[in-house]
Amino acid sequence: MSWILFAILAVLVLIALWIVGAYNSLIRLRNQLENAWAQIDVQLKRRYDLIPNLVETVKGYAKHERETLEKVVQARNIAMGAKTVGERAEAEGLLTGALKTLFAVAEAYPDLKANQNFLALQEELTSTENKISFARQFYNDSVMAYNTRIETFPTNLLANAFGFGRREFFEIKEAAVREVPKVQF
Amino acid sequence: MIWEQIAANRRRSALLIAILTVLLAAVGVTIGEALAPGGGGFIGLAVALLILVIQYAIYATQPASLFLLGATARELSREDSPRLFNIVEEMRLASGLSFMPRIYLIDDPAPNAFAMGRGEKDSIIAVTSGLLYRLNRDELQGVIAHEIGHVRNRDVQFMTLAAVLLGTIVILSEIILRSMRFGGRMRTRSNSRGAGQAQLFILLIALLLAILAPLLAQLLYFACSRKREFLADACAAQFTRYPEGLASALEKISAAPRVSFANRATAPMFIVNPFAAQGGTHGLFSTHPPTAERIRVLRSMTGASLRDYEAAFRMRTGKSLIGQQSAQTAPQASIREPSPEGPVFSRQSVRDTSYRQQGYIPLHCACGLNLMVPPNYEQSEVRCPRCGARLPVPAAVHEAAPPARDSKSPRPSSKLRYRRHGTSWESFRCACGNTIQLSPLFAAPQVRCPRCGSIIQVI
Repeated sequence: MSWILFAILAVLVLIALWIVGAYNSLIRLRNQLENAWAQIDVQLKRRYDLIPNLVETVKGYAKHERETLEKVVQARNIAMGAKTVGERAEAEGLLTGALKTLFAVAEAYPDLKANQNFLALQEELTSTENKISFARQFYNDSVMAYNTRIETFPTNLLANAFGFGRREFFEIKEAAVREVPKVQF
Repeated sequence: MIWEQIAANRRRSALLIAILTVLLAAVGVTIGEALAPGGGGFIGLAVALLILVIQYAIYATQPASLFLLGATARELSREDSPRLFNIVEEMRLASGLSFMPRIYLIDDPAPNAFAMGRGEKDSIIAVTSGLLYRLNRDELQGVIAHEIGHVRNRDVQFMTLAAVLLGTIVILSEIILRSMRFGGRMRTRSNSRGAGQAQLFILLIALLLAILAPLLAQLLYFACSRKREFLADACAAQFTRYPEGLASALEKISAAPRVSFANRATAPMFIVNPFAAQGGTHGLFSTHPPTAERIRVLRSMTGASLRDYEAAFRMRTGKSLIGQQSAQTAPQASIREPSPEGPVFSRQSVRDTSYRQQGYIPLHCACGLNLMVPPNYEQSEVRCPRCGARLPVPAAVHEAAPPARDSKSPRPSSKLRYRRHGTSWESFRCACGNTIQLSPLFAAPQVRCPRCGSIIQVI
């Protein structure tokens, strides 16, 4: 009789060990995810900080492009106010589109293009865009690993019990360029 | 996810370390028994452990230091080379490292790169100047991603540990073999004790181990080193989402001349074996796999994830790298478009960065000649060798001191000031003779001289 008890005990111990291991790995994956999001956040904030300076510089040279500038400022404000990951992704897509339009428009102003400040800002914004895309890549990889983990059997039982929810991907879809920039001859 | 692959890798690494440790213990015990029969086994084990600890203390606890290489290397800050810094930062974000590695530039025309450092916190990535001006953006990104892959997989610590174990095994085997030469004396001693046959048997085992153990350990060490290189390649493909970048970088690097400053101990850390000739002697004792094979695997990838690398690896070499199981857990990733940027650095700009790092001040004469004023030049003027004009060396000057109030005033009453000429790179001399540089991004009102500590106001 006693060996049956022993066997049951051994099985329970094994299950407990598995629970501990799986729970820890879920925590690790979630922390990696959140860390990755924080990294994206840092880069996005950097972009927000650079934009006011850019708008001021462009204003000095291209007074007639008020619409484009306003779009950029609006998009920035929306992005700064976004709450969920999905909202944020959409707002960032708008902002990226608006910035692209702004830089396309700035091509028509040679004085602006020669301005050191503008060039430095353009370089900084381009490199920030690159960093956002790599940080996003890592975040999405982490999300995928985490989602796969909490949805596959048997870990999904654990995930439901402890409240590990599915996370969203961060996909920035750039808003299409709606206007053709005016070219002056 | 990378984390899971690292975990799987760690288990395999632990296995390797365990094998080496068991081998070491076996060698230790048998020497002990052979030299001092009847209990000497424990002494032998203790001696083995002692040697291991000493070796570890010497080699594995040193802070990451480039002096080990005997090369002239200088650290680059974000301002010195923003584009290189950006590339490294992008790869850091793609790999999920928490700390930014330090970047060093080595003045050598041969292209190569390597990673050092004992952990994420003090990791170093060094590149040669020859690498910077040969590669375009995708290729440079691939190389940096490979090195960051090494940092992420903790390869440097692992290979150091393996090297220490290997070194200890070699030392112990040397001890046995040396003592065998004086074997006559030993055997007579043992015969006089009457242990006889058992003693001889142990001696034979000790001899066998002494010959085979170092060999086995070396084979394991080099096989491990080669595997780690493939893993770093796989990580690079995943981080950059563009395996062709690393593939063409490897092509360019292996076609170019080799670095001159490597030594055997540091060879595993380079991206391409610095010792292999163009044709390459690639065998069981090589730290790197043949470059051609690495390129083939990278070019056969149909996607950019670890899973695709595993499939390509299996197709090209017939062997498995991380195992089907762990590869399946890697997320899907498709290959992106190549970036349109060409070479990131010109030979000129790399040389300028190098000179700036060493403290040269560039001066432009009106006749068109560009001069480089060396760091230890003491006069305040330079004569142009072409047209003879006198050019002042930019320096921080003491502005007129306000009327002295009190001879016991603790602060010096005159301030050092420097007037900037524009918004590009500028170098000037401090009062102590040290060269200070201001990058285009410098915006603070004052700068502190790293040598004498005085504060110079920048106007």
